[in-house]
Amino acid sequence: MKVNKLYLSLFGLSLLAPLVLYPVFLMKVLCFALFACAFNLLLGFVGLLSFGHAIFLGTGGYITGSLMLNTGITPELGILAGTVAAGLLGAVYGKLAVKREGIYFAMVTLALAQLAFFFYLQAPFTGGEDGLQGVPRGMLFGLVDLSDNMVMYYFVLAIFIFGFWLIHRTIHSPFGQILKAIRENEPRAVSLGYNVNDYKWVAFIISSALAGLAGSTKTLVFQLASLTDVHWHMSGEVVLMTLLGGMGTIFGPVVGAAVVVTIQNYLSGGELGNYISIIMGAIFIVCVLAFRSGIVGEFQKMVKKNF
Amino acid sequence: MATLFGINLFALSGQLLVGLINGSFYALLSLGLAIIFGLLKIINFAQGAMYMLGAFLAWMALQYFGVNYWLALVLVPLAVGGIAILIERFLVRPIAKEDHLYSLLLTFGLALILQGLFTQLYGSSGLAYQIPAELKGGTKLPFMYLPNYRAWIIIASLVVCATTWWVIEKTKLGAYLRAGTENPQLMQGFGINVPLITTLTFGFGVALAGFAGVLAAPVYSVSPEMGSNILIVVFAIVVIGGMGSIGGAILTGLMMGVVEGLTKFFYPEASSTVIFLVMVIVLLIKPAGLFGKEA
Repeated sequence: MKVNKLYLSLFGLSLLAPLVLYPVFLMKVLCFALFACAFNLLLGFVGLLSFGHAIFLGTGGYITGSLMLNTGITPELGILAGTVAAGLLGAVYGKLAVKREGIYFAMVTLALAQLAFFFYLQAPFTGGEDGLQGVPRGMLFGLVDLSDNMVMYYFVLAIFIFGFWLIHRTIHSPFGQILKAIRENEPRAVSLGYNVNDYKWVAFIISSALAGLAGSTKTLVFQLASLTDVHWHMSGEVVLMTLLGGMGTIFGPVVGAAVVVTIQNYLSGGELGNYISIIMGAIFIVCVLAFRSGIVGEFQKMVKKNF
Repeated sequence: MATLFGINLFALSGQLLVGLINGSFYALLSLGLAIIFGLLKIINFAQGAMYMLGAFLAWMALQYFGVNYWLALVLVPLAVGGIAILIERFLVRPIAKEDHLYSLLLTFGLALILQGLFTQLYGSSGLAYQIPAELKGGTKLPFMYLPNYRAWIIIASLVVCATTWWVIEKTKLGAYLRAGTENPQLMQGFGINVPLITTLTFGFGVALAGFAGVLAAPVYSVSPEMGSNILIVVFAIVVIGGMGSIGGAILTGLMMGVVEGLTKFFYPEASSTVIFLVMVIVLLIKPAGLFGKEA
């Protein structure tokens, strides 16, 4: 009951937020929050560090972007196509990556992502270094014009809530319990008769499809898709968001994404723009050394101790 | 023009040479990674940044202090190794008992800082470093022209790699190292200072990257991005070779350089992806890597 009240008040806040804050900024936060939540499904709940997750964000973005530019389809179909494409790529990559564990898994996902990066760099439909520009937002269901930022915001919010709900459901399902069992003690999960690799694989597909959903939505918001989204720096950024917010917590990635996007937006205009990567690196080191549960994790610890 | 079955031998051997040189760098870097991974179970994501640091230190030493190439070849790896020792002692050791993923993230953070720092100081356009006078010019072989400096890269890295392999696999010091990874408590019991050995090994593994950086400075332009681009390729090489063996890291590194060179000759569009493709194939057939032990 208490949790439901929290969700309801957050929902209320997110409905009112664009009246106070710039909607495009909020949409950026929501897109990255969904991306980070999808990533956290793997890292926080299965214990798999995918270091190439940007490729799913970018795949969603490129597929949606080129469909919206070149065919007359409606935005919801464009987003669906991007999500499915990312999920399919996730199915192939996941099948390969779950063969290895721990640090190897991280390296394999990074290298696979790099393979796709070079493909997108050379493929004819991605616009190479220029990316896809001027992607139309289109008419939602052929009826609602998304070119208005306020309308677009509520559409993005609906997508985010759907993604967040799906992750929430996944984690709290019997399937999610098995994922957590794998994270805690993989040999035991194996000895209980679970085909661990298949469970990891399915989690990987869900995560990559949702990352693709975030990327597709982001492309519509900013009306462009570029190599930045598929570069491995982006994969590092999502790790940072999750780590900073608190991995393995349901709200952590949302908070982390909000903080990182705010820092970047705040710095990129001014003097300090060149220092972004140094600051991100420093946050990384501080998080790992002193702050391992992240903002939400530390907050939960504090609440548990004092109340 | 020498041709065989319609293939231009000059161009082919040129690409093979480039491949061997790239392979030499891959071998040095993946050897460093393999040593560090073997002893500390850490993937040093900053290895590429340390390679970049090596190249920059060589450039800075020449620019500001007039230190020549040969002196830099000795001093820079020592400096880079020294920095690595500080990093191990104060940053990596406190989290050594945690999940190894944390050390990967920590070194990733370090790499971001280093790269950001040098971009800030020198911009991202790249600086030139002259080939030392002694190694200017080249040798004319019947099928190609071999620049002396490029031959030197291959020889120097092969000698360093082979020596490292020999020390680890064949000497008493190497036996201590390997025993320290198998059972640190037992080695402590024999009176071996395992933390010291660990720190020095980390320093040495990173110093190899610094050495590679100095070797690379005269052939590539010295730029902040040079490390991050090569690092991911080296990771793929590590997956292909399997982390189990030191020799595997060296051989796979050289081999992949050659594979890349051949691809550049026969099908240039795929040259930047061929190593990742090889990785996928190896993963499908032998998930532990070519030289790795089955887990």
